[in-house]
Formats: sequence, C-alpha cells, structure tokens
Amino acid sequence: MQPGDHIAAAWALLDQVCDPEIPVLTLRDLGILRAVRKADDGQLEVVITPTYSGCPAMSQIEDDVRAALAEHQINARVVTQLSPAWTTDWMSAEGKQKLKDYGIAPPHSVKTEVDVVRFAANPPSPDPVACPQCTSLNTIESARFGSTACKALYRCLDCKEPFDYFKPY
Amino acid sequence: MSAALNYTLHLADNALVLGQRNAEWTGHGPILEEDIAMSNITLDLIGQARLLYQYAAQLQGGDTTEDTLAYLRDGAEFRNYTLLELPHHGPLVGYAQGELDFATTIVRNFLYSALMALLWQTLQKSTDTTLAAIAEKSGKEARYHLQHSRDWLVKLGDGTDESHQRVQAALDHLFPYTQEFWTESAMESGAVDSGVGADVATLRADWDRIVDSALAEATLLRPVAGGYVTEGKLGIHSEHLGCLLAEMQSLARTLPHATW
Repeated sequence: MQPGDHIAAAWALLDQVCDPEIPVLTLRDLGILRAVRKADDGQLEVVITPTYSGCPAMSQIEDDVRAALAEHQINARVVTQLSPAWTTDWMSAEGKQKLKDYGIAPPHSVKTEVDVVRFAANPPSPDPVACPQCTSLNTIESARFGSTACKALYRCLDCKEPFDYFKPY
Repeated sequence: MSAALNYTLHLADNALVLGQRNAEWTGHGPILEEDIAMSNITLDLIGQARLLYQYAAQLQGGDTTEDTLAYLRDGAEFRNYTLLELPHHGPLVGYAQGELDFATTIVRNFLYSALMALLWQTLQKSTDTTLAAIAEKSGKEARYHLQHSRDWLVKLGDGTDESHQRVQAALDHLFPYTQEFWTESAMESGAVDSGVGADVATLRADWDRIVDSALAEATLLRPVAGGYVTEGKLGIHSEHLGCLLAEMQSLARTLPHATW
C-alpha cells in the first residue's frame, strides 16, 4: 500500500470506533478524532483530543483506536492534542441526530461570554432543551451534573420523562 | 527548578488537593444530585491536575512521572493554597474531625473557582503553549464550577435562617485564607517575568466584583480579611495537608509498583 492508502484505510477503520460511554456515537461524530497523518519519521499518526479533562473514557478511547488499527496490521502512534480545545460545536449533524434517537438531547451551540465577571453574575440563559422523547420544549434542568462529565439531567414537564442533555462545552 | 516547572506544580497541586477534598463527598452528598455534582467536579479537578503533572514531569525529566509527583512528594513540597487543604468544616482544635459541612464546601469552591475562571482565561495567553492549551480546557470547567457554587451560595445565603447562618459562618472562616491569593511570591513572579504565568494582582478587581455581586444576591456580609496570611504556596502548610496526603498516598507508597 502507498502511504496515502494507509491513511484512507485508517480513516475507514476508525470510522467504526465508537465512544465507550455513548456507543451510538463514533469518535468522529464526537469530534474527538482530529487527524490521521504521516509523521516526519514516516510513522502513521492518529490525532485525538480529550473532551473533559477528567473524562475517564479517554485512555479507553486511545486503546480502542490502537486496537482497531492493529487488528488490520496498521501500526499507528496515537497523539493527544490539547489545543484547540475540544468543543461540542465540533459534533457532526449526524452525531446530533444519533444522540437524539438514543434518548440524549444533543448540545446547543456554545454561547461565549468573554467577560468572566458578567458571566458569573448573568450566565447566558440556556435555550430551551427539547425532550428527545416527545420533542416538547417544556423541560427543566433537574441537576447541572449528570451520569457522566458531559451530561446534565433534565426532565420533561409534558411527557414526564427524565432525560440526559449533552452539555455545550 | 525552572520558573515554568514551579508554577505548573503550584497549579497542579491546587487542583489535586481540592479534588481530593471534594472527593470526600462521593457517597456522602446531602442529596443524590449533589453527590454526583461533587464527584464530577472532582473528576475535572483531578483531570486538570493530571494534565499539569504530566507536563511538569516532562519539564523535570528523568524518572519523574505524574504519579511520582502526586504520590511521592511530602507536604512541604506541595505548593497549593492553604485554603484548599482545609477540612470541610469550621475551625476545630488540632486534628479534631467534624462532620462534612456543605456550606464550607460551597464557599470554598466559589472563592477558588471565581479566581480560576479568571486565571485560566489569562493563562490562555501564556507564552508557554502547553500551559495555554491546558488553560483553554480548564477555563471551561472552572466556569461551570463557578456557576454551580454561586447558585448554591445564593440559595443557601438567601435561604432559611439556618442555611444563612451556616454559610455566613463558613465565609467568615474561609475568607481570610483568600489573602494568600494576592501575596507576592518568587514562584509566581518568576513565572510572570518569563511570560509563562499570569499576574494575579491584575485579576483582583474582577475577583472582588464576582464575589461582591454574589454575596449581595446571597444577602451575605463580606468579612474583613485580616490576620495571619497563610503560605501554602510556599510549602508552609496547615496540619491538615499531612492527613490528606497520608490518606491519598498510602496505597501508592505501600505498593510502589502496583498497577491496575
């Protein structure tokens, strides 16, 4: 295979690798998989970026990437890149739809308030989050923190179902 | 030790020590949602500490790893603010243990995350590109922690007579420790001079604004800071850090090559 073929083959394989916590999303849907490239020393390099600093899934993700490639005799180095910092705005439209179908409300786009003082006193009010079950906008936040670092807990006031909301980050 | 290394350890120790403290709530939260919140905040803090220790280990070189920095250094080598090592209750004699007090936890998280939301934002402009990258991530998390603790500060302060009295008592106890944020140290000025660190003095007015607006909304009185100024960031700690480290480090020190 030519080096270019390796890169294409690696992408095709990595497209199948899912997030260990939210198995309906691929790493690519989440925006975790940043690049597959040939490094200066000729080695194939897969660039991933961490989500939350403390997300316990990150080392699992690294192992999964390596294993998926090794299974097809592709040797690659996994490189973690911190900057630019991961944001939920990188989640693909397809990924957002898959999340919704899975019962998790997808993240709204990130609202940036540069002034920390203003942010502290008046945080940007979140847009209403649609219930992934019945699409009602009549929902409330039950808890700012949910079952994983990336989610908050919501409740639908119409169909009464509790649900997870993927937090904008 | 280089200025960048010292400064990175200061930031890392802050995150680790507060993370370890907040982890004491896991399984003991006043309500399930807050148990989960405290565990999530801990994960963020320990995640930040890991990124910083990994970088510090790289700066130090040799056999140093993130684990040797977290588990094999003694109290006097830690550079965290004294505020962050205090137990979750008011002042007691010596090593006496009190019950976990949620008001103390909330006030401390508020005072610290108000500083860190500002500090991480400034550090995004650090000449040290690794620190700038860590700051970019950590800043998002600090803002979320600030929102969480500020909400509770207002809820408790402007709540019942008892919640108001308890959160005011926690504030009176902890506020003097924030004086340490603003005292100059060679560790910080060395980092500022080389463009690596952020000058906290420039953040003080904004921190005051964040604190004053929250306290006003919470109907709490801002204590007059005064008295002894702690020096945890210089390695001079309260008696509480030793107990915290003993618990955190005992496994790694007993079984130094254990893996899981």
